[in-house]
Amino acid sequence: MSDRKIRVLVAKPGLDGHDRGARVLARCFRDAGFEVIYTGCHQTPEQVAATAIQEDVDLVGLSCLSGAHRVLFPRVVELLKEKNATDIIVIGGGIIPEQDFPMLYDAGIQAIFTPGASLDTIVEWIRKHVANHS
Amino acid sequence: MDNTDKIRAGDVRSASRLIRDMEDKLPHARLRLKQLFAHTGQSFIIGITGAPGAGKSTLTDALIGAFRKHHKTVGVLAVDPTSPFSGGAILGDRVRMLRHAEDEGVFIRSLATRGALGGLSQAAGDAIHVMEAMGKDVIIVETVGIGQQELDIIHHAHSVIVVLVPGMGDEIQTMKAGIMEIADVFAVNKADRPGAKQLQIELASLLSASPLTADAWRPPIVSIGNLYEPVGFAEKTTELMQKLSDHRAHLVVSGQFSERMERKALMEISDALRVCILEPVLNRLVESGEMKKIIDRVKNRETDPYTEAEAVAHRFLRSGDMS
Repeated sequence: MSDRKIRVLVAKPGLDGHDRGARVLARCFRDAGFEVIYTGCHQTPEQVAATAIQEDVDLVGLSCLSGAHRVLFPRVVELLKEKNATDIIVIGGGIIPEQDFPMLYDAGIQAIFTPGASLDTIVEWIRKHVANHS
Repeated sequence: MDNTDKIRAGDVRSASRLIRDMEDKLPHARLRLKQLFAHTGQSFIIGITGAPGAGKSTLTDALIGAFRKHHKTVGVLAVDPTSPFSGGAILGDRVRMLRHAEDEGVFIRSLATRGALGGLSQAAGDAIHVMEAMGKDVIIVETVGIGQQELDIIHHAHSVIVVLVPGMGDEIQTMKAGIMEIADVFAVNKADRPGAKQLQIELASLLSASPLTADAWRPPIVSIGNLYEPVGFAEKTTELMQKLSDHRAHLVVSGQFSERMERKALMEISDALRVCILEPVLNRLVESGEMKKIIDRVKNRETDPYTEAEAVAHRFLRSGDMS
């Protein structure tokens, strides 16, 4: 029997075209041995949630640099809940002020990584939490 | 409702999880597949293959749209390569298909090759069966970007589209064996680019030079221009869909459909034999440490691989102990 391969979705919801960060992360996850579904920019939360379910990912990584994270991130969690997919972990990153952290955690975002977070930290976080989960 | 019923009712979560369990080779997945198998075999399976960047995902997106207009439900399997170094993968085909993400009549699933060399993944055949059991009318299987020789798709699909683009070499390339032989329909993509006309002429000349028996199918060439000229692009997409339907009709009328299904069954049985016989034997030898001894004997030229393999076959086949 082989190990479960970790599958993650990297997505950018909303009208933000700054995808360098998301691309760097996608490649970093690839090099960590994850299967990364990369869907690029300009998606609705509905598209993100539908993709997460169709791809049976362990985790969704949302990136937002436009300031709309307060609306978009919780909406993704909500949609996953509606589809009974609460086992899918949602984390976020981007330009997110610290005062927004509590409301995002309350909304079900399980981790937030902002500029300066090391790639290793993020990979380790995912490994640990996905393993605990399944 | 158990999992099998859920999948037959079209439940995406159950289906996608089963596909994953098969990719990860979980033991219970095989059992589920056995239960589903009787409910497969009704879908029209289309393969789409070609070089990296030729436009396979974009054409897949266009075909999804065309089939949805005809109220067909569509399953898509999009295969991308696994890194030989990390075992990870970037599965990016969906980027071209985002507009269908929320359409409940469309189920798109990305697969990584996980070391398979034929342009698909080992789980691709099983994943097709899951989508068939879901009742998808059409299943589009997009291979990894391929070269000349990754042709596993022909064992899975009823009709294969080979996507070519201008600028990839002269007419000698079109004469070669391999990818040029497997097309049921050729798509000359990016046909607004220089060299497209030449490519079409070379293809047409190639096809006209092949001997034509009474029931032979001569692959049509559909040349498809710029995506950003929506009217022309839509027409070409419709034409492509029509050619696929023509091909399927031809397969049925000529009896080749049944031949292809026989070929597919043979391949599936061969694959299953490998999974049920070869893999357990290899695992057993490795786990017991015997493989190490065999390797040493062969390495030191005390014996040869065939003698060792015959001894192993004799022992396992006689005992019937394969579990």
